[in-house]
Amino acid sequence: MSLIPNFRLFPTITIGLLIVPVLAGLVWTALPAFGHLPAAGFNGPNLQIFTDLLGWSGFWPSVKLTITTGVLATLLSTLIAMLILSAGAQSGGFQALRRFLSPLLSVPHAAAAFGLAFLIGPSGWIVRLFSPWATGWDRPPDVAIIQDPLGLAMVLGLVIKETPFLFLMGLAALGQTDADRSMAVARALGYGETSGWFKVVFPQVYRQIRLPILAVLAYSLSVVDVALILGPNTPPTLSVLILRWAGDPALDGRLMAAAAAMVQFLIVVLAIGFWRLVEVVGGLLLSRSFAAGRRQPRGRWVSDIGLSVGAILTALVLFGLLILGVWSVAGFWGFPNILPDQTSLKTWARLGPAIVETFADTAVLAAITVGLALVLVVGCLQAEVGQNRRPGAGAMVFLYLPLLVPQTAFLLGLQTMMIQLGFHSGLLPVIIAHLVFVVPYVFVSLSDPFRAWDPRLGVIGAALGHGPVAVLLRLRLPMLLRPILTAAAVGFAVSVGQYLPTLLIGGGRIATLTTEAVALSGGGDRKAIAVWALMQTLAALLPFLAAIVVPAWVWRHRKGV
Amino acid sequence: MGLVLDQVEIRHGNTVIVAVDQKIAPGEVLTVMGPSGAGKSTLLNYVIGRLSNDFSASGAVVLDGIDITRLSTEQRRIGILFQDDLLFPHMSVAQNLSFGLRPEGGRADRSKKIESALAEIGLVGFGDRDPTTLSGGQKVRVAMMRMLLSEPRALLLDEPFSKLDMALRDQMRALVFGMARQRSLPVLMVSHDMADAVAAGGQILNLRG
Repeated sequence: MSLIPNFRLFPTITIGLLIVPVLAGLVWTALPAFGHLPAAGFNGPNLQIFTDLLGWSGFWPSVKLTITTGVLATLLSTLIAMLILSAGAQSGGFQALRRFLSPLLSVPHAAAAFGLAFLIGPSGWIVRLFSPWATGWDRPPDVAIIQDPLGLAMVLGLVIKETPFLFLMGLAALGQTDADRSMAVARALGYGETSGWFKVVFPQVYRQIRLPILAVLAYSLSVVDVALILGPNTPPTLSVLILRWAGDPALDGRLMAAAAAMVQFLIVVLAIGFWRLVEVVGGLLLSRSFAAGRRQPRGRWVSDIGLSVGAILTALVLFGLLILGVWSVAGFWGFPNILPDQTSLKTWARLGPAIVETFADTAVLAAITVGLALVLVVGCLQAEVGQNRRPGAGAMVFLYLPLLVPQTAFLLGLQTMMIQLGFHSGLLPVIIAHLVFVVPYVFVSLSDPFRAWDPRLGVIGAALGHGPVAVLLRLRLPMLLRPILTAAAVGFAVSVGQYLPTLLIGGGRIATLTTEAVALSGGGDRKAIAVWALMQTLAALLPFLAAIVVPAWVWRHRKGV
Repeated sequence: MGLVLDQVEIRHGNTVIVAVDQKIAPGEVLTVMGPSGAGKSTLLNYVIGRLSNDFSASGAVVLDGIDITRLSTEQRRIGILFQDDLLFPHMSVAQNLSFGLRPEGGRADRSKKIESALAEIGLVGFGDRDPTTLSGGQKVRVAMMRMLLSEPRALLLDEPFSKLDMALRDQMRALVFGMARQRSLPVLMVSHDMADAVAAGGQILNLRG
């Protein structure tokens, strides 16, 4: 027996760990949806629950809302991200946005949504700024600016978070294409900056960000926390309905939730099919434009619009965080004053002890999850070493599977399965549920730097008499300290931001900063919401700070690392 | 004794990339020359045990009478130098050397060996330095010494002098070949530069492209 870990097992273990919960969850969602829950005396299969669901008056409006908000958010995020990329790395606005967008990515969805609500809501900063002198309002207007029936606020809440994600994924993809020289050729042929970029660079980039875009689509169609905070209530999106029904103590609710989750799964599958259609049509239009050969040399303004929209989105998140800060120290704050009439630390003092405890729980949960994820991901990447082989497109789909299947569809089933099989909800199941979402992001973040490590250093290490494990632990990983910590920070932010897995799999017994913050969304305690959302943001941002500071300090005498 | 490439044939599919049948005596240098794509680095990878799965090979590598064809890189006791010094950037000069030093011996004994190794390459007092602070020639000497401390029984050189400036090249050639001769190591060198082969003074093998 060798004590050397067999790295070839890691990909199998990792993919299993991602696939088994997703598939098992789907099966256990499907069974009750088709009326089969023997433990509760339901013996299916039958379509009774679907008949009930489809007959319920709120069903179709909810389906319509789910699809329109999810697809619109994805289309807008993709379009804006690509327009920003097309502005080109040379432009100053691009570099400034790049610096801002990266940290924005780590701001949890819920915190960004709360910030946005406090900014654009009826008593938000924007209305206050124009009241009463321009609007005539001396009280917060009774207008549904947020939670509007069309779900536009919710779409905006998704776009401010998904655009930076797609932008950064596109930026990483750009690094693997010959963008600069392709652009030089296109410009030399007389194509405008924007037109040339979309005709020459975009097709190369798009191929590599397809899966991230589909992940955004699936996420936007099934998001819960943003929908609770910014989405409408009459009716809400399907995912909110599912969560509401799942919490129903009567069994009928669980069955309805399961059936609705299956519908949501179907919606995501169809939406991915629809996106494929968009790709085909887009591809056809693009090839026709190749043939037409129009140069559009003065089309630069299109990219500039992208940059401006990107700047606005960035400002919305930043000012959202700022107003969360103001609310957290607000005393009495009358309308339409721009700043609170009094400031006080009462809210912080009131919530302090609870926050410290929850902060610690959140951090421990995230740290364990990220630690496990790093072991798995490093193991998978090490398995490629010397194999001269990388995971193919198929393996990457497996990696993205947890991000492509709507959370509601498999988490609900996973919860049902745990209850049925007598597993106790607790820390371990929640860690596994978080791991399913954390591993893909850690892998995506770490794989490029890990593979870019000069293999000759490994040859030297081996030639000096050191085995693969020593080369990994003493050479490769220490040299990759910074990307490893960055990947850990990404994973940490993902874990901190998880709402549904924590709530459903934790059985309400595991409280994190996110579950506590979102739980307040129904009430009106803005000061408490602000404090929780700020701490949630802090928990996600601190590891990124550590990822910059720690390597700089550890290797302060080693300029070559 | 020495390094024997016994009827080595490396194929990619059905195409023979390299066919070599050579014996390198201790202290001698075999220089392998040829245009890029002629299979020079493939041959080096084979000798060090890093041939990619895309290739298949027959024949044997015999070092000091022992067939090492099936051994892993770390078991072969073959040292290698590349055109870049490839000092480990996260280690000090002394740590780089002690990463190469074979694991035997206590702490004090090992640090004494490192001190005398530094002295041998004229870098007394450089142990705690960051490798980036060394000059080009100093880096090559540290890389060379790091490899020698692992007590290799043969030496591979992959275009070792091509990135050095002219003035340094002669000096480093003299140093590397001198140290190899002094330790009676058979040397397999891959190079583009005829001057390398002349300085090495051994047999020359030309690979066709």
